[in-house]
Amino acid sequence: MIVANRKPLAEIREMVENCDKILILGCKGCVTVCNVGGAREVSILASILRIARKKEGRLLHVDEMTIERQCDPEYIEQVKDRVGQYDAVVSMACGVGPQFLSEAYPAQRFFPAVNTTFFGGAIQHGVWAERCAGCGTCIIHYFDGMCPIARCSKSLLHGPCGGSANGKCEISKEVDCIWDKIVRKKMEEGHLKDLLDPKPPKDWRTARDGGPRKSVREELVQ
Amino acid sequence: MSELKSGSNLEKVLKAGHFAFTGECGPPKGANVEHLREKLSHLKGKVDAVNITDNQTAVVRMSSWAACAILIQEGLEPNFQMVCRDRNRLAIQSDILGAYALGVRNMLCLSGDHQTFGNHPQAKNVYDIDSMQLISLVKKMRDEQKFMNDEEIDVAPKLFIGAASNPFAEPFEFRVYRLAMKIDSGADFIQTQCIYNMQRFRGFMKRAVDMGLHERCYILAGITPMKSVGMAQYMAKAVPGMDVPESLIKRLRGAGKGKVAEEGIKFAVEQIQELKEMEGVAGVHLMAIEWEHRVPEIAERAGMLPRPKV
Repeated sequence: MIVANRKPLAEIREMVENCDKILILGCKGCVTVCNVGGAREVSILASILRIARKKEGRLLHVDEMTIERQCDPEYIEQVKDRVGQYDAVVSMACGVGPQFLSEAYPAQRFFPAVNTTFFGGAIQHGVWAERCAGCGTCIIHYFDGMCPIARCSKSLLHGPCGGSANGKCEISKEVDCIWDKIVRKKMEEGHLKDLLDPKPPKDWRTARDGGPRKSVREELVQ
Repeated sequence: MSELKSGSNLEKVLKAGHFAFTGECGPPKGANVEHLREKLSHLKGKVDAVNITDNQTAVVRMSSWAACAILIQEGLEPNFQMVCRDRNRLAIQSDILGAYALGVRNMLCLSGDHQTFGNHPQAKNVYDIDSMQLISLVKKMRDEQKFMNDEEIDVAPKLFIGAASNPFAEPFEFRVYRLAMKIDSGADFIQTQCIYNMQRFRGFMKRAVDMGLHERCYILAGITPMKSVGMAQYMAKAVPGMDVPESLIKRLRGAGKGKVAEEGIKFAVEQIQELKEMEGVAGVHLMAIEWEHRVPEIAERAGMLPRPKV
């Protein structure tokens, strides 16, 4: 899923500084799963903003709403009657949400309340880790299901580099060296030979480097 | 290893069977050419080639190729270091052509320290290709006279191709295989990470020799003299992939006040003498970090002078 973190409160407050009436719009997709932008978080942010403004002696009217997904025109349609009534709509979806909303309702201002970080999953309660870089050409089958593009700090295809120590990456003791894991697994399995064949340079055109991407499924296009 | 690949002095020294001796110099943190020339003056005639580092530890310095050109003006031979961190394949290939055009004949292919180490941790990293692929690329440019995309090169760069190896990084068992891959990819010579744990290095070399790697590539052992106890402690603790035995720190500490640097040099000299006798080791790469002026003394005491004229 797409993982995100809520922006610092000060930044959100600065965005809505000149507003008197806002809607905080949550999303029931990935940001609900990673506990950052679902109905619960919408409610918390709304309360915080109301209280903060009340302390300043300037009331902020905050409405709350959470829709199924903000990355789908079908669900975005549901806010049609609400937009236009607010000085701003604060989206708690990933970066896709406020953009889809802006495109659908150009007269309404939309602000992002979260920083979208990566594609990953929860490795323990409250901890999410990156697993995919969305490079557009998956190669994890060469590496026993581990992605060096997303999980090696240098995206090396022939690791581990000289900075690997105690199974950790040179950039931080908090970061696992994925190449250490790949090599150890291959050695355990007796498949070290798999790693000795050189890999050609990656074709980054399928990644973001090739420009903004679009996926067209002809059979679904009407 | 029959005909000369680049005609560099380093290649000729190694091919003639001499025990090679290379040095290193970091370009200035600015355009202070005089300081660079001063540092280089200590190395002239004392080493076969001088590595010019490329934004080492991800700290911005004068570009490696430009410092190489100044070094050539000074009558020394550079070993142009290039990291994959800062350039995509376009910049890599154009810098290789540019460096060659300026007279560079040796090149060391590296991945590079991650930018979080350096003074611009906010930078976007590149890593379009990795060090293994960089080695293959330089070989293709030299031997096939083609760019990465198979287009013909109008006057191809003939470079003596170097690569790095860290016998002390983990997983240890894999390191010799990674070295073999670099040789398969086209490395003509290897310069290792600084050696402090000689026993472990000996084990690494034995495996390399058993695999015949020393016959397919020249392996230069890396030496960095310790200047102080603090430096040894820092390297032991803070530099990933560095193996500094406690016994060395103890030895340096035991030297007493004002005598640690001398003890560090003494240790380096002993190491070089030991490496000269080690099977499979074709030379020593001396990385005297901001200590270029001590290189002549180390070279003299280690019996590395005079350097061969080939």
